[in-house]
Amino acid sequence: MNDMSAAKMNEPLKPADFATDQEVRWCPGCGDYAILKCMQRTLPDLGVTRENTVFVSGIGCSSRFPYYMNTYGFHTIHGRAPAIATGLKLANNDLDVWVVTGDGDGLSIGGNHLMHALRRNVDLKILLFNNKIYGLTKGQYSPTSDVGTRSPSTPDGSLDPSLDPISFALGANAPFVARTVDTAQKHMPIVFTRAHQFKGTAFVEILQNCIVYNDDVWAKVTDKASAPDHQLHLEHGKPMLFGKDNEKGIRFNPATFSLEVVTLGNGVDLEHIQVHDETSLPLAQMVARLGHKEGEPVAMGVIYAAPRGETYTEAVLGRVASAKGRRSLQDIMKAGETWVVE
Amino acid sequence: MSAEIQHLESAVVRFAGDSGDGMQLTGGRFTATTALSGNDLATFPDFPAEIRAPVGTTFGVSAFQINFGAKAIMTVGDRPDVLVAMNPAALKTNLGDLRSGGVLVVDTGTFNPRNLQKAGYDADPIEAGTLKDYQLIEIDISKLTLEAVKDFGLGNKEALRCKNMWTLGLMLWMFSRKREPVTNWLQKKFSKAPTLADANIAALNAGHAFGETAELSATLKRYQIDAVKSEPGLYRTVTGSQAISWGIVAGAELAGLNVMFGSYPITPASPVLHTLSGMKELGVVTFQAEDEIAAVCAALGASYGGALGVTSSSGPGIALKGEAIGLAISTELPLVIINSQRGGPSTGLPTKTEQSDLYQAIYGRNGDAPLPVVATSSPGDCFDAAIEACRLAVKYMTPVMLLTDGFIANAAEPWKIPDLSTYAPFKVQFVTEPGEAGFNPFKRDEKTLARNWAIPGTPGCEHRIGGIEKSFATGHISYDPANHQKMTDTRANKIAGIANDIPAQTIDQGEATGDLLVVGWGSTYGPISEAVRCALAEGLKVSHAHIRYLNPFPANLGDLMKGFKQIMVPEMNHGQLKTVLRDTYLVDAKPFTKVSGQPFKIVEILDGIRAMLGA
Ligand SMILES: Cc1ncc(C[n+]2csc(CCOP(=O)(O)OP(=O)(O)O)c2C)c(N)n1
Ligand code: SF4
Ligand SMILES: [Mg+2]
Repeated sequence: MNDMSAAKMNEPLKPADFATDQEVRWCPGCGDYAILKCMQRTLPDLGVTRENTVFVSGIGCSSRFPYYMNTYGFHTIHGRAPAIATGLKLANNDLDVWVVTGDGDGLSIGGNHLMHALRRNVDLKILLFNNKIYGLTKGQYSPTSDVGTRSPSTPDGSLDPSLDPISFALGANAPFVARTVDTAQKHMPIVFTRAHQFKGTAFVEILQNCIVYNDDVWAKVTDKASAPDHQLHLEHGKPMLFGKDNEKGIRFNPATFSLEVVTLGNGVDLEHIQVHDETSLPLAQMVARLGHKEGEPVAMGVIYAAPRGETYTEAVLGRVASAKGRRSLQDIMKAGETWVVE
Repeated sequence: MSAEIQHLESAVVRFAGDSGDGMQLTGGRFTATTALSGNDLATFPDFPAEIRAPVGTTFGVSAFQINFGAKAIMTVGDRPDVLVAMNPAALKTNLGDLRSGGVLVVDTGTFNPRNLQKAGYDADPIEAGTLKDYQLIEIDISKLTLEAVKDFGLGNKEALRCKNMWTLGLMLWMFSRKREPVTNWLQKKFSKAPTLADANIAALNAGHAFGETAELSATLKRYQIDAVKSEPGLYRTVTGSQAISWGIVAGAELAGLNVMFGSYPITPASPVLHTLSGMKELGVVTFQAEDEIAAVCAALGASYGGALGVTSSSGPGIALKGEAIGLAISTELPLVIINSQRGGPSTGLPTKTEQSDLYQAIYGRNGDAPLPVVATSSPGDCFDAAIEACRLAVKYMTPVMLLTDGFIANAAEPWKIPDLSTYAPFKVQFVTEPGEAGFNPFKRDEKTLARNWAIPGTPGCEHRIGGIEKSFATGHISYDPANHQKMTDTRANKIAGIANDIPAQTIDQGEATGDLLVVGWGSTYGPISEAVRCALAEGLKVSHAHIRYLNPFPANLGDLMKGFKQIMVPEMNHGQLKTVLRDTYLVDAKPFTKVSGQPFKIVEILDGIRAMLGA
């Protein structure tokens, strides 16, 4: 061990300890910078070590993330990070493994692997940077792009309906699903922390601005002036209120079997407002869709968290551990029908 | 018994019937008993791709061939001496192979108009007298089986299922084999349904008794094949899939690593997944992934984490793994990829054998992406070949392609159980200290050119790797042109250097120089070997070299070929090794190919040798 790290050994780690000496190569003003800073700020508070932390990513601007984290890191191939991370956990379940992916990486080419990592409940913390565009390949539309998105490959506007990452994750049976946004420097660490504390697959959609190819796709959600009307901050057990003065809320309408926006007053009281319950899957599925209609806020925070006990890797490795050592390879080869040649 | 027992050196028996007739099981049990009697043997299970093809059709025929003898058995035999045909379709599809004068046992109970029509016979071949070239033995096995099991209260369908045991009983009698191993096995298999065990045993005994009675009336002959003289030791039968699985576990143990095996089911590779999934006792972790891409990625992720990542598939799945194998080459992580080859392209012939993925193994990736390729040549050989693949993977920090094929995977042969303590370990030394200048993952061993390996969890050695080109000096991302040249050269040199770390190519049979060198690889070992033996006996100046290391080739291979006037390369593909040999050595290697989904017959290769030598 070199002197520098020996001296540092016993000191608590600082954000700078999680930064590498590599030049960050995102475009100036890219939302990825804010997410990186936030992660470097959050990790020291989580009490983790650099050596036990691994960032695994696919391909895309977002997937450059591991190069800038002074932990272990694996920049893999397009869409396959969840599969590689699953194997890594099967080799060493003690590691803290974060997966960084994009809307194209995770939902287009890698949709299959993401789906299965989510349902298997592998103890991975999956961060999907959603800029609704393929950044690295210079701006083609992605599976999360809104219909009508103009891009080099859709000069007249895209035609195919988009995918909602949160609904996808819930549909894939993920036990933990949350959303945050690159501009929310205070909110992001809370969500990262909750994801890290959760035992099992944790999926976090991070709304991210690509200043070059899809600037302002999230403007309504992030602009100071409009944000209060477009962000719904969820808290378990608390009524779903939003607006500058919390004057609006979300109500369940049994007639339409859906959530609707209401303004408090005129007979609408706090008691009519839906209370967030992280453990309710039907509620989470409805909350996930908020924001798709005009006037609806986008839900932020932990949308769903229902721990499942043992994780996939614990279960697999547990079985191996309890069987291990019963017989040797030599025993196995000698078992069954054998004969001796003198 | 009074009648004479005829002693034979070897015999080839083929059981053929409908998919539902249990021919694979019959063959498997005959094999086990034969192995226990000390014969050498080789088997060839040949079954349809359909799980349950319509009853009685020619494409639903399932066959199992065994060649066994008192001498070393190299192939499954060109032509059966005995053919058991359980229905007209089986007769139709297999009769062509039976040697003239061979024994033909037919279950006449199935030769009804409907089955004959399904098999495409206009007239009953038995009545039409078209089978007079063979020793035809007509038995209504169906009826005799029903009689044998009538006291067990089985339904007609269940009772008829015992037909295969009746037939097996007869064959055990014919070749003077013991019934106990089969009865023990039946008792174990049907321990929860003792009536079924008893019924099957009754059918087995009835078939055996039939032989004895028929012998008295001199309609049936009995044969004896003595034990082969093999090296002393403890033996068992082993299939290629078993041996390769055990070899992987042995290799990982010698490397001091745990196995993490990622796979996705595909014929004929699945038995490896099944075998390893049952080996938790040895710490083997298996992962049935969502597809082949995830399977190889999980294996690579596990290697990154310090396990030995292994993945297995067949051609179509290997195609999907290509990009991730490239990542393993670029990040220089160990990985073993097993390809149980089958007929291609595309879905091709899933249950039939071929060696047509050699190009895919050597060249099948984007970029200059060399990796070592090792081939197995028989079921038992899979064990050592797998150990070699593991050794090269960890010693050179590289993915290794281990080629086997559907024939080897399913075939069984007697195998001397190796003593694991005699294998030299090749323990992996992880880097645990960053060193003065800090940890550089791409610092290399001067001799092997293998990079430093530190695994997550090691304090001070935190580092990032990925598929982008890395600086030779620092391991960081580098787009520098000269650096890419250097790294590409280095990766190529690392793999090329393995030629000095593998055994020199030997001549398997024949002289070191001569008129013709037959160069083979993989499962053609048996037929080439026998064909060359015959050719040598005819006085031809021919030799046989069988290549295990297909990339890089053994260092002496070029010189070795120079000792011969001609070179012939029999392969079950359209001439792939031939092309690689020509490219590497500028030699005039001549192709000799077969892609029918069936292994080479000895005589085919022998004729090829004669033709090349004008003999
Ligand atoms: C197999 C393969 N196909 C295509 C690409 C090209 N490619 C690189 S990144 C990318 C899309 C990335 O989009 P996203 O995941 O949204 O990441 P972003 O750049 O927006 O962060 C594509 C198509 C590739 N690298 N590999
Ligand atoms: S292209 Fe977009 S996503 Fe990529 S670095 Fe630039 S701003 Fe960020
Ligand atoms: Mg994107």
